[in-house]
Amino acid sequence: MVYENPDGIRIGLEVHVQLNKLKTKLFCGCSTEYHDSEPNTHVCPVCLGLPGSLPVLNEKAVEFAIKVGLALNCSIVEQTQFHRKNYYYPDLPKNFQTTQYDFPIAANGKIIIEGEDGEHVVGITRAHIEEDPARLQHMGTIDRSKGTLINYNRSGMTLIEIVSEPDMRSPKEARRYLEKLKSILDYLGVFDGDLEGAMKADANVSVFWGDRVEVKNISSFKGLERALVYEIMRQKNHIRRGGEIVMETRHFDEARGVTISMRTKEEEHDYRYFPEPDLVPLRVADWVPGIRETLPELPDAKRERFMEQYGLGETHARALTTEIKVANFFEEVAAKVDPKDAAVWVSDILKGELNYRELSIDAFTVEDIVAVVELVTGNKITEQSGVEIIRTVLDDGGKPQDIVEKKGLLKVEDDIVATAVEEAIAENPDAVADYLGGKEKSLNFIVGKVMQKTKGRADAREAREKVLAKLNE
Amino acid sequence: MAAWTDISGIRQKIADSSAEEVTASYIETIGKSKINGFTTVSDEAINAAREIDSNGHEGPLAGVPIAIKENISTKGLSTTCSSKILQGYVPPYDAHVIEKLKAAGAVILGKTNMDEFAMGTSTESSYYGPTFNPWDMDRVPGGSSGGSAAVVAAGEAPVSLGSDTGGSVRCPAAYCGVVGIKPTYGCISRYGLISYANSLEQIGPLATNVADIATIMDVVAGYDSRDSTSINRENTYSDALKDDVKGMKIGVPEEYFGEGIDENVEKAVWDSISKFEDMGATYEKVSMPHTKYALASYYIIAMSEASSNLARFDGTRYGYRADGDNWHVMASKTRAEGFGPEVKRRILLGTYALSAGYHDKYYLKALQVRTLVKQDFDRALANVDVLMAPTMPAPAFKIGEKIDDPLSLYLADVNTVPINLAGVPSISVPCGLSDGMPVGLQIIGKHFDENTIIRAAYSFEQNTDHHTRRPPEVA
Ligand SMILES: [Zn+2]
Repeated sequence: MVYENPDGIRIGLEVHVQLNKLKTKLFCGCSTEYHDSEPNTHVCPVCLGLPGSLPVLNEKAVEFAIKVGLALNCSIVEQTQFHRKNYYYPDLPKNFQTTQYDFPIAANGKIIIEGEDGEHVVGITRAHIEEDPARLQHMGTIDRSKGTLINYNRSGMTLIEIVSEPDMRSPKEARRYLEKLKSILDYLGVFDGDLEGAMKADANVSVFWGDRVEVKNISSFKGLERALVYEIMRQKNHIRRGGEIVMETRHFDEARGVTISMRTKEEEHDYRYFPEPDLVPLRVADWVPGIRETLPELPDAKRERFMEQYGLGETHARALTTEIKVANFFEEVAAKVDPKDAAVWVSDILKGELNYRELSIDAFTVEDIVAVVELVTGNKITEQSGVEIIRTVLDDGGKPQDIVEKKGLLKVEDDIVATAVEEAIAENPDAVADYLGGKEKSLNFIVGKVMQKTKGRADAREAREKVLAKLNE
Repeated sequence: MAAWTDISGIRQKIADSSAEEVTASYIETIGKSKINGFTTVSDEAINAAREIDSNGHEGPLAGVPIAIKENISTKGLSTTCSSKILQGYVPPYDAHVIEKLKAAGAVILGKTNMDEFAMGTSTESSYYGPTFNPWDMDRVPGGSSGGSAAVVAAGEAPVSLGSDTGGSVRCPAAYCGVVGIKPTYGCISRYGLISYANSLEQIGPLATNVADIATIMDVVAGYDSRDSTSINRENTYSDALKDDVKGMKIGVPEEYFGEGIDENVEKAVWDSISKFEDMGATYEKVSMPHTKYALASYYIIAMSEASSNLARFDGTRYGYRADGDNWHVMASKTRAEGFGPEVKRRILLGTYALSAGYHDKYYLKALQVRTLVKQDFDRALANVDVLMAPTMPAPAFKIGEKIDDPLSLYLADVNTVPINLAGVPSISVPCGLSDGMPVGLQIIGKHFDENTIIRAAYSFEQNTDHHTRRPPEVA
């Protein structure tokens, strides 16, 4: 099956990723751990753009960027080259941004996503290093602000901007691309996606193979899909009414779920790029082989291995390899219990409970999930009890064994169930008669009575089978 | 005005009395000054001197007062680039050179006047008004480090720091009859120097004699990890203070004696070259064919870089701030009111040269010319040890004479800007007078070969008396 792309949709993404796992900023020695700090406490003459200050390139940032480039199957530039992008904006302390221009650190790569019609290749045009501006806090909304506060803690953080080809054909593919990108970056250990401002995207969108519109200010996966769905609908409606799509930049208003025109192509800035005289080229060609060796097993390879090594289906393998922490967690569990059981319990059950509580895998231990799986597969507790233990650990804490004891979750003996079945049948002759007369529902009533008598510790499926066997004797 | 005293003389005075007394006497002299060379005298100078006295500092500049150009950041001491837009800006940090000077025991006397943002050849474009040439109060001291040269010439400071983007140390040194050096690009850290054209400029000392230049260079030059363009290279400049030019090969570029050169300047420079012959050197004429394009290339590159370097002055964080309903209005008004006309002219021209459609025609072309100019120097200096030429084609002009004619002002830089384009070192030493005004001889060397030009300058000084001439009122 080939996806026809009936509306001629082309989406390209420019994703800004903050390499926040670096210890210091891109051009100065300021600490990057500002996220829980007071405003303007992680600053120095360089990231404040004070007169006379000079940038010094953080070589670790270049190393991280090369890592990203290699993971995206890019070729890496021979030596670094930085340019100034000149424009006036209050979040820019120097009124220019130090960035890369015609020699980006990485270019010509690709990643594979799950597309509309199976595996789909998205080309990576380039990835370049640049500095993050300061953070503006508008007092009010952006268009009606009474004043603005500037927090320079973020100023000078290392960003890598990853630009894709317009290879995505639907908002869903765009989201999948972003998810895949996040997954790869997560594997590389170069950023913490949970921190504020860690990942932002601008999208280029066109319909019917027409001119593209740039949509800015997208800060979440959900926001991306909404922005794209809205923008595609807007463009299609506009054309349907006889309008023409012009090249322009639009701003995504997350609260209202709409895109608003900011400027047309004619109003585009002339950034007057020129080479940054304060930085000298850094030769990195010799670094590449060494960095390539440090690349971890990436999501695609790990997924394949999980299917091969553990006999998992693709859905489980994919779900378990999106986040490196989950993958590592799973492998620890799979070393102790049957890998297929491990996959079901980690991927389907535990992750569901964690997502519901917006918790990461760190909130649970390998030891506890192994205990739960062993209790269930050893027929000591029911599956429902297993789920209940997980919920209790997450909500109230405690160890699985203690919870089993405290809540009396151990499965009851067979003969107690048998006695309960016999009693239930004897005490409810009408229901028995109804069932035998053809009323299937009455069976549930009798099973319910059995569960009542065993206080829910009997396995419901088992109880049902026993009632049926007895009635059919 | 006070007498000229060299660093060893100052150290003797300190030994005889105290650093505090020496600093106090300079402050007293500055108080009576008529040249407007200082913009600020440091309140901390006396305390710093007192501290040197009490802790018995043994650094090479212990207690030696030094004047600093307005564009070099000094912690706690106003640094405005002589511009209204930096009114009230007090840096929270010291430039690398200031840290080095303080560590060597130097006493920061105060800040000196300059052309606004170092854009000029006369120190007339300063927000603080012009500085006057101590040799003739009707004349300019040169620029842009006019204050740093004038205060040394007037005996208001024994030594000073300037900065040289296209001649800004050498020009005022020549006009004021003192010594000034523009070191090789990368020789002295620019950390804390407020950029005008950052691919061209270097900090450089000014003094009354070559030995003091070497002493200051020994303190301020060297690698600094905070300036990526600074080069890691050990050197002792005072090792070059030897009276010996035997066998030295001098190249004389014909192009530096071009149209409009003052006859007396030409004669003084040729007399100097003859003197070098007497001292055992030889000379030959060399050709540097791209010299005539250097000026245009220099101005395009400098203005382009300036248009970006000066973008940060928007009133948001420091300095002058105009009122405005929103940020863009505030920033525009701040810049409209805060910058003087020459700075605006250069920002506009630089912005134009970098703009889409003009970038290749101007900026890129200028970079190509720069490469050709560099090649001229490589070729010429392959066969000779140093080049010699007039620093300025004519002596100091009258105040106001060229203020409304920017082009003729730019033309005055014709002999100094090629050196910045090439990044090579150059020193200007007094070599005579023209109608009572000093003339400068420029000695240009190979990359990082400061020691050869210092040796040539020192030998010249040992064998002539030009450096002993003082402005009329200075003993
Ligand atoms: Zn910083």
